[in-house]
Amino acid sequence: MANTSGALRPPRNRFDPRTVAWWRVQLLVATLIGAGPLAVLGLLIESARAWLLIPAAAVAGIGLAAAIAMPIWWHRVHRWEVTETAVYSLTGYFWRTWRVAPMSRIQTVDTTRGPLQRSFGLSTLVVTTASSAGAVKLEGLDHGQAAELAERLTELTDATPGDAT
Amino acid sequence: MTEPQAAQAQPAEPELPWLRLHPDIIKSAALLTLGLALAAGVPAAIGLGGISWVVALAIVVPGALIVVAGGTGIEAVRYHVTRYRITDTRVELVTGLVFKQHRSLARERIRSVDLSAHPLYRFFGLVKVKVGTGETGSGSGSTGQRSLTLDAVSRAEADRLRAELLRRESETAAPGEGRLATWRPGWLRFAPLSFLTPTLAAAVIGLFFQVSEWFGRGGLPVELAVDLADRHGPWTIVLLGLAGILVVGVVGSLAFQAEAWWNHRLDREPGGTLRVRRGLLVNRSLSLEEQRIRGVEIVEPLGIRSAGAARLDVVAIGLKSEQGGSDVSTLVPSAPRAVITAAADAVIGPTSVDLLPHPKAALGRRLRRAAVFILALAVAVAAAHLLWSMPTFLSTLAIAVAALLAVASVRIAFDSYASLGHGLDGRYLVTRRGSLRRSTVYLDRSGIIGWRMSQSLFQRRLGLMTLDATSAAGQGHYAIVDADQDEIVRFAAEAAPGLLDPFAADRPHDE
Repeated sequence: MANTSGALRPPRNRFDPRTVAWWRVQLLVATLIGAGPLAVLGLLIESARAWLLIPAAAVAGIGLAAAIAMPIWWHRVHRWEVTETAVYSLTGYFWRTWRVAPMSRIQTVDTTRGPLQRSFGLSTLVVTTASSAGAVKLEGLDHGQAAELAERLTELTDATPGDAT
Repeated sequence: MTEPQAAQAQPAEPELPWLRLHPDIIKSAALLTLGLALAAGVPAAIGLGGISWVVALAIVVPGALIVVAGGTGIEAVRYHVTRYRITDTRVELVTGLVFKQHRSLARERIRSVDLSAHPLYRFFGLVKVKVGTGETGSGSGSTGQRSLTLDAVSRAEADRLRAELLRRESETAAPGEGRLATWRPGWLRFAPLSFLTPTLAAAVIGLFFQVSEWFGRGGLPVELAVDLADRHGPWTIVLLGLAGILVVGVVGSLAFQAEAWWNHRLDREPGGTLRVRRGLLVNRSLSLEEQRIRGVEIVEPLGIRSAGAARLDVVAIGLKSEQGGSDVSTLVPSAPRAVITAAADAVIGPTSVDLLPHPKAALGRRLRRAAVFILALAVAVAAAHLLWSMPTFLSTLAIAVAALLAVASVRIAFDSYASLGHGLDGRYLVTRRGSLRRSTVYLDRSGIIGWRMSQSLFQRRLGLMTLDATSAAGQGHYAIVDADQDEIVRFAAEAAPGLLDPFAADRPHDE
């Protein structure tokens, strides 16, 4: 993969393989929210049936295709890495974003788990700095790994003096 | 947090008296509410007077008395229950009648002291003092808890507070103390060139429509314009209308700028603070601790740049720039370029630097965007002609406006490319961008707290990349747009040594 444009190498780690299923469920839910009401209305309102069922089918088709293909692709593209000195992430393909937050400037380390994430045993780790634009979000780490990482990051950042601005 | 009584009883805190606000705030409140009561009461009385003068006075006078007595009474209570003091380590404020509130700020955290006085306060010699810690970010607590307001004290007391709160024992006399910039009334000539002029003009037109809407005649301005156009010919009316709006805008922006910047001075004061004083009706004073300054931004909006002028903003922690035309972060308003450069040099040190231009591909992107815009314009004009049968006047006007916009968009594309540039200047990372609002940011390299690089599919094809330096100050991030993708990573590595080294591509990695 041509992942090495620019002079930076991609971060070393992929997200947990379970993120693929998690993303897939999210996409399916979104598809259902989009196509469901259209389909129900189409079945109820006879006069506009074609006008509602065709878009519903289109939304469902696109959503299903995306749910099958996109998560696999995202899993190949999204990367993360934590070193002794920085947190590093790469997300996106059409709009790629590399984020680097130095350990010495990290202000808070949060882990969150949504209900859906919990059922997959996943966590999100958010590292914030004093800048509103400086947060690095690692979505889709194994729960145990995220907790361990958060602890390590907290220790490392506590060891750094200063107010990180 | 100690209660005031307890604190006074402590032997460790020797007899620091609690101070009161200035009693004249009560008189000021009385005058203010009286003014309000008159402003509301007189028209009301005249309106009601149509029925009977006795009834009108019987309704309005007691109402006015209640307003004045209430407003004055509240202020009197506030005066009697509010106390403040400055100890060696903290600033404390006790207030509230029913709900006692005790606020205290650690003095070492104080980063700014704002003084302001509206005309009534100035009449009584009062000043409102706002003490800020300059803390931002997503921490708990609102901004209210990070600042403390004394509303109001005497001018002498305000000056004493300002001097005492921003004094740092450790600080030795900084070089370059004294006056850094002084405003001249002649600089007002740049005011009409600012984007405030068209904004105010548009606001006046909007107001016109709004008022006619209130009277149930929303379409009245259009009817009037059409009527006038029928009588005097459309071109006369369009040109006269434009001229009239322009005059309103110019007068408005002159008045705004004069009120905001009259008698402006920028000083460096002992103890490492910058102080901006300004204002014609409302006197404002902002004292800014230099420790929290992370750079400066030279802003050149198109109109002002065309007159060889610019504006100097500060990039500081806790001062959000560019919020709804806010001018709190402005150190020097629109002034000749040489004055701004000199002021920037005085604030952060020499700012002369040769910026590296960006690859030609960045110009291509801008020209393609302009082409898309022109295409959309052409389609819109053509569609309008096909859908409606347009009279000659409207047709000519639409084509003329579209042609002007098309030419402008191409010129902006070239100008925007010419603006692009970045460089390193000793302590500072420098980035310049923008055409309508060209901005040159000097960001302290020690104030860079992370990187964000982004690349769209289009940028990747052209080998371009956008680098954002994130910072705790100002906007939070400053971008170097459409730079060469290899060069910009080396640049980032040089600007913040060590940070990107572990992620450099030339190291072997497990792909």
